[in-house]
Amino acid sequence: MAEDLPRVSARVLIFKTSFQRIFDNLRAAGFTLVGPTLRDSAIVLDEITRVEELPRGWCDEQGPDKYRLVSTRGAQYFDYVVSSHSWKQFLYPPRRKLFSIEKRDGQWTITPAEGDGCRRAFIGVRPCDLHAISIQDRVFVTGEFRDPHYSRAREQVFVLAVNCGQAGANCFCTSLKTGPRATSGFDLALTELPDEFVVEIGSEAGAEIMRGTDWQLATAFDLSRAAEVSDRAERQIERVLRTDDLPAMLYDNAEHPEWDAVAARCLSCANCTMVCPTCFCSTMEDGSDLRGTVCDRTRVWDSCFTLDFSHVYGGNTRPTVRARYRQWLTHKLATWIDQFGLSGCVGCGRCITWCPVGIDLTEEVQAIRTEATE
Amino acid sequence: MSVAFTPMEARLALDPMLPQPAVIEAIKPEAAGIGTFTLVFSDPTVAQAFRFAPGQFNMLYVPGFGEAAISLSSDPNQPGRMGHTIRYAGNVTRALARLKVGDLIGVRGPYGSVWPLEEGLGKNLVVVGGGIGLAPLRPLILAVLQRRAAYQRVVLLYGARTSADLLYREEFESWQKQGIELHITVDIGDEKWPGLVGVVPMLFYRIRMDAKQTLVLACGPEIMMRFAIYEALARRISKDSVYVSMERNMKCAVGFCGHCQYGPTFLCKQGPVLKFSAIEPFFGREDF
Repeated sequence: MAEDLPRVSARVLIFKTSFQRIFDNLRAAGFTLVGPTLRDSAIVLDEITRVEELPRGWCDEQGPDKYRLVSTRGAQYFDYVVSSHSWKQFLYPPRRKLFSIEKRDGQWTITPAEGDGCRRAFIGVRPCDLHAISIQDRVFVTGEFRDPHYSRAREQVFVLAVNCGQAGANCFCTSLKTGPRATSGFDLALTELPDEFVVEIGSEAGAEIMRGTDWQLATAFDLSRAAEVSDRAERQIERVLRTDDLPAMLYDNAEHPEWDAVAARCLSCANCTMVCPTCFCSTMEDGSDLRGTVCDRTRVWDSCFTLDFSHVYGGNTRPTVRARYRQWLTHKLATWIDQFGLSGCVGCGRCITWCPVGIDLTEEVQAIRTEATE
Repeated sequence: MSVAFTPMEARLALDPMLPQPAVIEAIKPEAAGIGTFTLVFSDPTVAQAFRFAPGQFNMLYVPGFGEAAISLSSDPNQPGRMGHTIRYAGNVTRALARLKVGDLIGVRGPYGSVWPLEEGLGKNLVVVGGGIGLAPLRPLILAVLQRRAAYQRVVLLYGARTSADLLYREEFESWQKQGIELHITVDIGDEKWPGLVGVVPMLFYRIRMDAKQTLVLACGPEIMMRFAIYEALARRISKDSVYVSMERNMKCAVGFCGHCQYGPTFLCKQGPVLKFSAIEPFFGREDF
């Protein structure tokens, strides 16, 4: 007899004792689980199989150029704010071989590189990161051209989102309306309560994964407790990025003195672009054997902060750090809107946390907005 | 899975980054460090299906070295024989220079926007080229010659550093005979050059035409295009009637790599040919 499963869009309650069952169901369905775990004094995303591997009772204190783990002495699985890296590395890996080519008898055989074929279940995707994935979809899947490597990985992903219960000092998702509640784009979305999870079913695949858990429909009381969790996160967010005058404000201030001021601090190290969950720029690496008969091409992450990025015959079109920082910030917050219909920033705050000199884009935008006082 | 000989359509559906092998049919030296390669896809089906419009470019791939975005410079009415005029300047183009007739290279394309040949119907065309910037304009000139009567006056303003750097000189006479008005200048004159000496935008002073009925189509160094635009606007030609072909670093040609961004524009998709009015806010901005 078919077991009852929750309907799509239903919100159900499970006890945490049932949480491992979700992991087991995903693995039985052929998924490799990737989720937050502790490594190198940070919360990183890596392969996991058991709920015990989640960073239970740990929180990440983030600030400009600051990242520290602190014990919450609590029993919550998802006390942390946002993982050090984003999920982009799994859909759009830092290095991706595209094809190899073999020259023989005056003919070429071009062999596209296969993906790893791995079906991944993302465990604990924060709402801001969920939005970041949908933003990269616009670059690689739904545009004029479709990237088969990204698309294949993306189609196979199972998304278990987790609504935020706390916000870090660098969070500003509320400014970009990307959090702290997941509204779409997930198979399951969890809200963590002390002993239970409220689970929103986002897809048929999500419903299927609830099989064998102790799920019951969430009561109005459960839902109010869940709402209080994300309300608390929302109240904690202090950082603001004003967006109502974007993109025009940045276009109108392309020669603002603040660009010089930030260029004096910026190391042009590209950290911000590496940790950004939406930055998508890449370059190519060409390899060959010593005789040049077997060659390959590999796509690697690139950054608009490198000098080489803008190389053309005769020089570089953005030779200064000022020009490169302006390009990054203007792309992220302004031209991105013209290109893809929405901002390239989701308010995760990673670029602030991992900037070695603590440059804060929300401050920069405000400084540019403010008339020069000199 | 090997995809050595499947039609372009299927290949593109599979992966827009995969090149198709093409044979180098001819290499014609044009000037010091510049040559025109004629390429034909190895797969006859691919060769037959290939079409391009003036202004578009291909990605040329030398295995082990990489890809370069190079404009098509040949006759769009013979699309199966793809011409590319190449300056041997970078890693990939210098590798191309070492190849010989009969060798294979990888090609994918065509990509990018096109010169506004339809919009120009019944109007005057002022074609402005600087140095190798004439290469992407040559298919336009050849297309115009195919239906010369459909346009009013067609003027080519062209210049290069020295007379030895002028491209396609052997074709100038034929172009003139077929009704194209030529004004040629060089930056540096010498005893072998009987013509004008000076920069290309100054050639605007030698022509006079109804601004409302004129399109300007320019390709060359950015500084040349900037002053060509000034001259055009000074003659009350509309910002919507001035087109330029822009160049930036380009790694993928399909909007993935981010390198060719010029403000909100991906030059590989919305460019390289752009209406001046669309880029006016940032055109000429320093370090942009």
